[in-house]
This record gives sequence, structure tokens and C-alpha cells, in this order.
Amino acid sequence: MTSPAERGPACGRLEAAWEVLRQIPDPEVPVISLCELGIVRDLRLLEDGTEGLEVVLTPTYSGCPATELIQDDVRAALAGFGEVRITMQRAPAWTTDWISEEGRRKLKDYGIAPPGPANALASGAAQPIRLVHRAALTKLACPRCGSEQTEKLSAFGSTACKALYRCLSCREPFEHFKPI
Amino acid sequence: MSQQSIQVGESPQVQYLLRLGDSCLVLAQRICEWSGHAPILEEDLALSNMALDLLGQARALLTHAARLDGQGHDEDQLAFLRDERQYLNPVLMELPRGDFAFTVLRNFAVSTWLLLLWRRLEGSSDAELAAIAGKAVKEAAYHQQHAADWVLRLGDGTEESSARMRAALGTLWPYCNELFDSDAVDAAAAAQGLGPDWASLKDEWRAQFCEVLADAGLDCPKDSAYQSQGRRGIHSEHLGHMLATMQYLQRAYPGGVW
Repeated sequence: MTSPAERGPACGRLEAAWEVLRQIPDPEVPVISLCELGIVRDLRLLEDGTEGLEVVLTPTYSGCPATELIQDDVRAALAGFGEVRITMQRAPAWTTDWISEEGRRKLKDYGIAPPGPANALASGAAQPIRLVHRAALTKLACPRCGSEQTEKLSAFGSTACKALYRCLSCREPFEHFKPI
Repeated sequence: MSQQSIQVGESPQVQYLLRLGDSCLVLAQRICEWSGHAPILEEDLALSNMALDLLGQARALLTHAARLDGQGHDEDQLAFLRDERQYLNPVLMELPRGDFAFTVLRNFAVSTWLLLLWRRLEGSSDAELAAIAGKAVKEAAYHQQHAADWVLRLGDGTEESSARMRAALGTLWPYCNELFDSDAVDAAAAAQGLGPDWASLKDEWRAQFCEVLADAGLDCPKDSAYQSQGRRGIHSEHLGHMLATMQYLQRAYPGGVW
């Protein structure tokens, strides 16, 4: 147990570190921060008395090539806080449901349709593999003009987390952050 | 000075993890061969993205296998410094990429199998393996949907696309047997709660695979007695060539990084 006197500055340090973390953009979708993306799972003081920090991150996709870059960005941003240890924690697996409301708004303003609920993919659920025909897919609103007259071009886009769509009303192509 | 090969231990847990990890790694390498060569740009992106997911899964599994093996190796050493006989993926994964029909049909067969396997592994007694599975299961669901979409489109497409799908099915089918092979490694994994005996996935896999084939107007082939042995390190002539390409840089320039 730490005394209140010791806890005070410690809490202040954590709060200051959170403030720094909240400013770090995602390297692939820089309009949204790592915190809004929901991949910063925890921040705590190292228990070895060095006053360093431990940041717990979770990967979005198993093979996300930005993982190392994100770790470097976090380390660089927190450089003034002494030792920074980064722990990757896989479970529970990241889901797009952890993207904050603010993050979703920013994605939409940036031209990326935000993800719907991921429960359709809930792991362990008995999932029929009958094909989901294109016509039966939930209509996705175009982030530019709001029209629901859109169609999927490809389930995989410029990064693992996005799919390619096009709007049939304004004719603009756009990306969709896939629910996962 | 070129790099010496390494060997992993005989522990059933390590072997079980490598059979799965090598499957993801070898298939990722094969799918990557389409980068810049796929019939349309969207498929180029899709195949590269799926390969990346598989590579990430392989990395996690190999890292964990190396830790359990306890010889101080890391995932890169397991990937780049093991010889062909030390690779434990089923032969299906290493078969040449063939034409686009073969590629999508194999992706469908493998993603359907992986999805069933990952779901079971979410309940593994090994917390790390369960965590890897919890992530991978979501990725595999997208892979399966995408591949099934293509099987339907090509199988039920033109005369040419349908003929190519039938040819692909004839080539691939005998190698699927190995996905449901069963031996002492499976028995040990099942007994410890590490993961299922692969044979236990067969009925479900077959039902799902043949259902989509039927929708695509393709007949489920007759059973084959052929039993490939990649899980025991006995591979086709194709893996050695693939590893030569894949491992060359690390062998020639040990520890080289970007």
C-alpha cells in the first residue's frame, strides 16, 4: 500500500501520461488516436520502483504491419517519463466495438465509413457459412453524401482493417472500417 | 559465412503448434506470390491482406512454439533456419499456387478448416494459444467468406471458369485428407486440452465445404486413399524450392534486418 502522499504524484504522473497517449495518432489512419481506436488497454506504473511506465497495447489484426511503429511512437511520445515498457496483450481480442464515439465521428468526417456492431462475428457463435449475398448486406451510408445507395467493391482494402466501397449517388469511392 | 540450420525438440506441444504455425506461414508465402500478379487490383489487395493475417498468426504461433521448445530461438529463427524436414505443415499448403481457381479453392478449403480449428482453440488450456485463436478466428471468418464468394462465382460462372474449378478440385481433394489425419501428437494435445484432435473436425468441414461446392454447381469428389505426410516432415518436391526463396537472405546474411 502506498500512502496518500506517495499516491498523489503517482496519479498525477499517470494522468499526464494518459494526456500524452491521447495525442498519439494511429499511423495508418492519422485522423484517429490510438486511444480512440481502443488499442491502449492500460497504463500503469512499473512496480520495480524506477518510476517508469508500463503501457499495455493490443494488436488490431494478427499481422498488422503498424504494430512495431505504434510501439515506437508510444515510446517516443513518453520519452520524458523515464523507462517505458510496452506489453502486448492479445486477450481479450480487440474489436471495432472499442472504437470510441468520437473516433467514429472522426473516421466519418475523414471519409471512412465507421464500423457497425461486431457481434455478427462474435467468436464461438454458431455461424452458418451460407454465402451472404451482396444484395442482403446491410446498406452502408456514404460518408460523403450520406446516400445508402452504395456497393462493395472489395472486402479488402488498402489496409487489413478496411474494405472498399463506392457510392452510386455521388459516384465517389470510399473505405469502410470493417467490423471485427 | 552462411547460417547453420536449427532443429526443434520432439515435444508433442511444440509439434502441435508448429503443424498449425507452419500451415499459416507456408500458405501466407504461397498467397503472397500473387502480389502484383492477381487478375484484378482488388484481388491483389485481398490476397496480400489475407497473407498478412496468416503471417501474423504464424508469427504468434512460432513465437509461442519457440518459447515452449526452450532452446532460446525466436520466431524468425524457426521460420528461416529450419530445413524442409523440420517443417510440419500439411502438403496442401505448399502446393504451387496454380491458377486463380486453384488459389481460391485452396483458400476456401483452408479457411473453412482454420475457422473450425481456431474456434476450438479458443478454449485451449494454453492461455497464449487461446488468445492467438481469439484474434485469428475473426480474421478467418473474413477469409472464408471471401473465398466462398469466389468459389461460387467461378464454379457457377462460365464454361471456362467452371472447368478450371473442377480441375482445381481434382488436384486439391486428395491432399485434404491430411487435414484430418490423427496421431500421437493429436492424442497428446487432446488429452492435455491444448487443442482438438484434427480428425474431430472432419465431418463439419466436409459438410461446409461440400455445401458451398453444391451451390457452385460442383460435385464433391469421391474419397481418395492418398495420405500425404507433411505433418511428419515428409513433403512434396515443392516445399524445398519455396524455402530456398524464403530463407535465402537470412541464410546468406545472418540476422540481417531492414
